Amino acid sequence: MTTSLLDRRLVFVTGKGGVGKSTIAAGLALLGAQRGKRTLVCEVDAKGTLAEFYETSRTNFKPREVQPGLFAMSMDTEASLQEYLRLQLKLPVVTRIGPLARAFEFVATAAPGVKEILTTGKLCWEVREHHYDLVVVDASPTGHIIGQLTAPQAINELVKVGLVRQQTGWLIDTLSDPVTTGLVIATTPEEMPVNETIELSQRVRKETNVDLAAIVVNRVLPELFSHSEEEVFEHLREPATLAGLGEVAGGPVEPIFDAARLAVTLRRTRASHLDHLRASVDPSLPLLYVPYLFTRSHGLRATHQVADALGAELGF
Amino acid sequence: MLKRRSSERARTLEQLLAAKEIVICCGSGGVGKTTTAASAAAMAATSLGGKVLVLTVDPARRLANALGLEGFGNTEKPVPAEAFKQAGVDMRGELWAAMLDTKQSWDALVLRHAPDEITARRILENPLYQNVSGRFVQSHEYIAMERLYEIHSAGTYDLIVVDTPPTRNAIDFLEAPERMADFFSSRLLRWLTVPARSRVMNFATRPFYQMADRILGSQFLEDIAEFFLLFQTMYKGFVERAEAVTRLLHDRRTTFVVVTTLEAAPLHEAEFFISALAGEHYHLGALVLNKVLPAYLLDPDAARVAERFRGEAPRIAERLGPPGHEQDAGGGDPALVARVLKEIGESYSNFAVVAKREAEQRAELASVPEVVATVPYFETDIYDLEGLLQLGETIWK
Repeated sequence: MTTSLLDRRLVFVTGKGGVGKSTIAAGLALLGAQRGKRTLVCEVDAKGTLAEFYETSRTNFKPREVQPGLFAMSMDTEASLQEYLRLQLKLPVVTRIGPLARAFEFVATAAPGVKEILTTGKLCWEVREHHYDLVVVDASPTGHIIGQLTAPQAINELVKVGLVRQQTGWLIDTLSDPVTTGLVIATTPEEMPVNETIELSQRVRKETNVDLAAIVVNRVLPELFSHSEEEVFEHLREPATLAGLGEVAGGPVEPIFDAARLAVTLRRTRASHLDHLRASVDPSLPLLYVPYLFTRSHGLRATHQVADALGAELGF
Repeated sequence: MLKRRSSERARTLEQLLAAKEIVICCGSGGVGKTTTAASAAAMAATSLGGKVLVLTVDPARRLANALGLEGFGNTEKPVPAEAFKQAGVDMRGELWAAMLDTKQSWDALVLRHAPDEITARRILENPLYQNVSGRFVQSHEYIAMERLYEIHSAGTYDLIVVDTPPTRNAIDFLEAPERMADFFSSRLLRWLTVPARSRVMNFATRPFYQMADRILGSQFLEDIAEFFLLFQTMYKGFVERAEAVTRLLHDRRTTFVVVTTLEAAPLHEAEFFISALAGEHYHLGALVLNKVLPAYLLDPDAARVAERFRGEAPRIAERLGPPGHEQDAGGGDPALVARVLKEIGESYSNFAVVAKREAEQRAELASVPEVVATVPYFETDIYDLEGLLQLGETIWK
């Protein structure tokens, strides 16, 4: 029996660029808060877009309550290092961190896993200390998520001694516990995102200890017709009936039918990609569908709609 | 600016590609950058002639198949003329395609710049290098531009169309060569490699090493230091090269094509990118608007009909004709007809909202290049040469 998505305490959301990864993360976090959980949402690449989803000012490393029970932060690895030095190693607060920071930036850029572990470490720490019931991470995109999730192992291999090494053990435990931690892949029902999702789900199983909790399919178009309705539709489209309908409706009806045709074809193409996705992943893996939002594509209103859709899919 | 363009209609993508030797397609992920690059290259090969290369980063598998790219990595491969014939096109020139293999390109770079073979081997075998070559400072971005330079200076092609890597920030790859040069000339690099050269630490650096040692362990620090020491032997070659790459990107023969959809986020990124290009004096050749919804969705008369379908479907269905009548609309069940009418009216209005929003966003584009090409929303995915050429036709003239 797998743990339901929102019962976990640390949820990473990844996805290919352009599929709405951040939207899904923002919606999931909002849903968590609405369900009474004290929730932290963190954007990992400091693009500064998280704020837009909640109509709030720019988020920082220090979490700030942006909705009732929902706290938002942006990852800053340097700040994370300072916090780590202060809290974990009990080092005195480094007031003049200048040269250290520059050297750190340097080592972190070149050495694999350093930035990732400061990110993952901070998030796992918030979970371990029970500061929040739920931590939702707008994580790295599909190309980098494996690196982020396996950073503790990578550090383990590269760094043989030292305090950092001692810290990796509990991080690995937290990440590999399926009751605590889960990964969500966001995708759209299109060719490239679906293929990347399938590939990633295989790599996650092979290369990480993190449990894949769900796939969220974003921008799903509604099915227009049942079978019998489609027959009627095809009949109505015939020139003779169309002309009659035009008279009764008192205006051009072709655009309406063309648009319906387009909607049906788009839906079909996407459905075939979805079938491919369903057939290629573990059948027990939940696929959650979020509908295409016609009226508003971004902002708090859209975040609410995504949260509602996810809630409905999770049976709330 | 918009007005002048519509009255003169002087400039087209065809004209732009006839004049340039390098076209760099950029934009955020998921907007159809790769497809646009491949399609522009295919059009150039068919109608302008010459030898055209499309250098792509991460094509969809079926597109890679169509271009004959499966499993060839860095090797440039010709797209068989036969494939064009099958697509119903008589090709004047040649279309070649290559994929970017980051790791392979990095290795080639090391072999070229290392002072001798022993150093090159030591770098290639260094565990840190192996980890890092895949993720080094802007590694993807830099290596794409580096490969472009390499291919261009070989003088094999008349036109090279490049599909840029999906960067977190569209401008990253532009700065990559410069950052690479900065990195190698940085004092920090020299500073970091000090302990491996001499164990004498000065007063300023000692606290850092002591702390770093406590946190990371000395072995790891030494590994890093050795890696950087080896890398430094390539310093001169790298910096010169990075500068040459930057010059090429600024060259008159190079142009940038920004690809975007009319969705809020990609468009925002495109606008940012357009202004960044202008700020750095790069040549912005064209803007390609992808997946643009059909104009009929903006027809006010049709919108009124859709409204009637939504609100008065049962009455319209009744008036269409009673069951069994000549004009019987569908299986004789007006309720079913009404449901269909309501459904398609609803669907039209849904898509019309999106079309209106996107039309407004298009109008609000603050600054646009003179060449703007619009790609309609294709109903199915594009994954063969025929599809590429069909798309190409819509943006070419």
